[in-house]
Amino acid sequence: MAKQTVETKTLVEFKNLKTHFHTSAGVVKAVDDVSFSIREGETLCVVGESGCGKSVTAMSLMRLIETPPGEIAGGEILFEGKDLLKLSKRDMSRLRGNEVAMIFQEPMSSLNPVLTIGEQICEPLILHKNMDRKEAKKRAIELITLVGIPRAEDIFHAYPHELSGGMRQRIMIAIALSCDPKLLIADEPTTALDVTIQAQILDLMREIKTKVNTAIMLITHDLGVVAEMADFVVVMYAGKVIEEAPVIDLFKDPQHPYTKGLLKAKPVLNQKQERLYSIPGQVPNPVELGSNCHFHDRCEFCMEICKTKEPPLRIHGDSKHKTACWLYEEEGKVQ
Amino acid sequence: MTEALVEVQNLKKYFPITGGVFSRTVGNVKAVDGVSFTIHKGESFGLVGESGCGKSTIGRTLLRLNDKTDGKVLFKGQDIHQLSKSQLRSIRPKMQIVFQDPFSSLNPRIKIGEAIGEALLSHGLIDRKDLKDRVMETLKICGLAPYHYNRYPHEFSGGQRQRIGIARALILEPEFIVADEPVSALDVSIQAQIINLLTDLQAEKQLTYLFISHDLSVVEHLCDRVGVMYLGSMVEMARKEELFGNPLHPYTKALMSAIPIPDPTLKRERIVLQGDLPSPANPPSGCKFHTRCPLATDLCKEKEPEYRDAGNQHFVACHYA
Repeated sequence: MAKQTVETKTLVEFKNLKTHFHTSAGVVKAVDDVSFSIREGETLCVVGESGCGKSVTAMSLMRLIETPPGEIAGGEILFEGKDLLKLSKRDMSRLRGNEVAMIFQEPMSSLNPVLTIGEQICEPLILHKNMDRKEAKKRAIELITLVGIPRAEDIFHAYPHELSGGMRQRIMIAIALSCDPKLLIADEPTTALDVTIQAQILDLMREIKTKVNTAIMLITHDLGVVAEMADFVVVMYAGKVIEEAPVIDLFKDPQHPYTKGLLKAKPVLNQKQERLYSIPGQVPNPVELGSNCHFHDRCEFCMEICKTKEPPLRIHGDSKHKTACWLYEEEGKVQ
Repeated sequence: MTEALVEVQNLKKYFPITGGVFSRTVGNVKAVDGVSFTIHKGESFGLVGESGCGKSTIGRTLLRLNDKTDGKVLFKGQDIHQLSKSQLRSIRPKMQIVFQDPFSSLNPRIKIGEAIGEALLSHGLIDRKDLKDRVMETLKICGLAPYHYNRYPHEFSGGQRQRIGIARALILEPEFIVADEPVSALDVSIQAQIINLLTDLQAEKQLTYLFISHDLSVVEHLCDRVGVMYLGSMVEMARKEELFGNPLHPYTKALMSAIPIPDPTLKRERIVLQGDLPSPANPPSGCKFHTRCPLATDLCKEKEPEYRDAGNQHFVACHYA
């Protein structure tokens, strides 16, 4: 359950991260000057629509951006104080799967079909933890049990195709947790699953978080999942962070018109609405975006300044709630 | 209550599993296994369930895009599956479908103006000289602009493509539209636009919808009556207010409690179902849900529950509801 975060140490800090892709149509600034931090043991949700740069942010942290066409054009990603972007390839692979682990949306395509589940769980244990085969197997079976799969011994010898989608996602979580990572990145981990299976996986992630106390960076487009899982939320739109706040504040008092719109646009069970609120228009083409508020052409409060100048991400009121919107700036109030 | 537009009686659709050297049928996937319901004129009927429960197969079999295995589908009293080819063709414009994936349902080489007008021409419902005006008009109704007429599908976003899909169905002036997960592939802000469009069109043109979705909150918003499916069978069906206010089947209850609600202050008891969906090729005996049901008893393992009216047109198939 979501709870108020206590002051803890910062684990990861994104500082003005810029990840660009060079395409034939022009430069796509998939992540454009993004800064936020993840504290130890915290669940941070990054929420936004497709193409807003939430996955690219995570991939940049893992240094999994293919170059070319991609390029990390600037900024820093500090993990426990050291800049991941400056690490050598070797140091980076030592970190990946060890201190930072990642699970993906598609549990079907992220497991190797020709290796048994056991071999795939043992691999990082042998590689990162220097265990021998026997120890690794023992630990693997513990992990399979930890993620709530019965008959761990049988599953150890099974191949991925013998498992259902939900089970495969549990195995992915087991692999991710095998080396006790400090940060677990989960990129839409339940989007491909049915709601009843989604509920199982979310429960599992919550349970595991209290057991092993890793920080989770959860990427999702579903505000329902955010409300259930997050301690802190970052809202992205067209490559920018437009709002960030503790989860309770964000849902109680959303500030950015886009966040407000998103919250109103989703039909909620057992709430009668005559007509859904809809944000007009569509997400802008990411190629060659100008320096203005990227949401201005869909915003009902759009002012002159929004079309020409980019709003800064700043605190307005509550000490942890930041918004990038001219409505809350002096310039906006004057007009 | 208004007259019935579509009646489905004990519909079954099995897909054969072939195996062995001679590709003999070695079993059946019972995608739809004896489902009955009626859709009245002007209403929206919602079908919900998890992947593989047979909801899309029902939609397709209703339009005879699949052949049935057994049962009847009556459209305005006519059995769709008994019609000859030419009779079927003349009735097709009256029943249309909108698919989930707006990316793969459009031909990338055909301009969307032509894609929308195509069906009208081939059914001989319009003169070529009036075609463009009609297409333009339909584009406008669906929230697209006239200059989109000469564009190709790749130039459109997901939401716009779904509007094109709706325009293609709508231009034939159908009475009945099957919408198969029309908003599942879209982002939240675009979803709301398409849902509102579907609502407006229904009011304007007195359309009847079969709305297939896995998203209960969307179904609750859009539909008048809702059926819940599990492994090829209807487990519960009622008016929306009844079903969401007083769900009777344990599966429906679990589905509802599984949906994450965007309110971090809300604390609720969640029913988390154990295990996975069994394979429809080899469904459990008795009540198909007994393997995952928190209330299952020996009776459920042995005897299939009867699908009965629990009062107030609220149908449910459970021994203990």
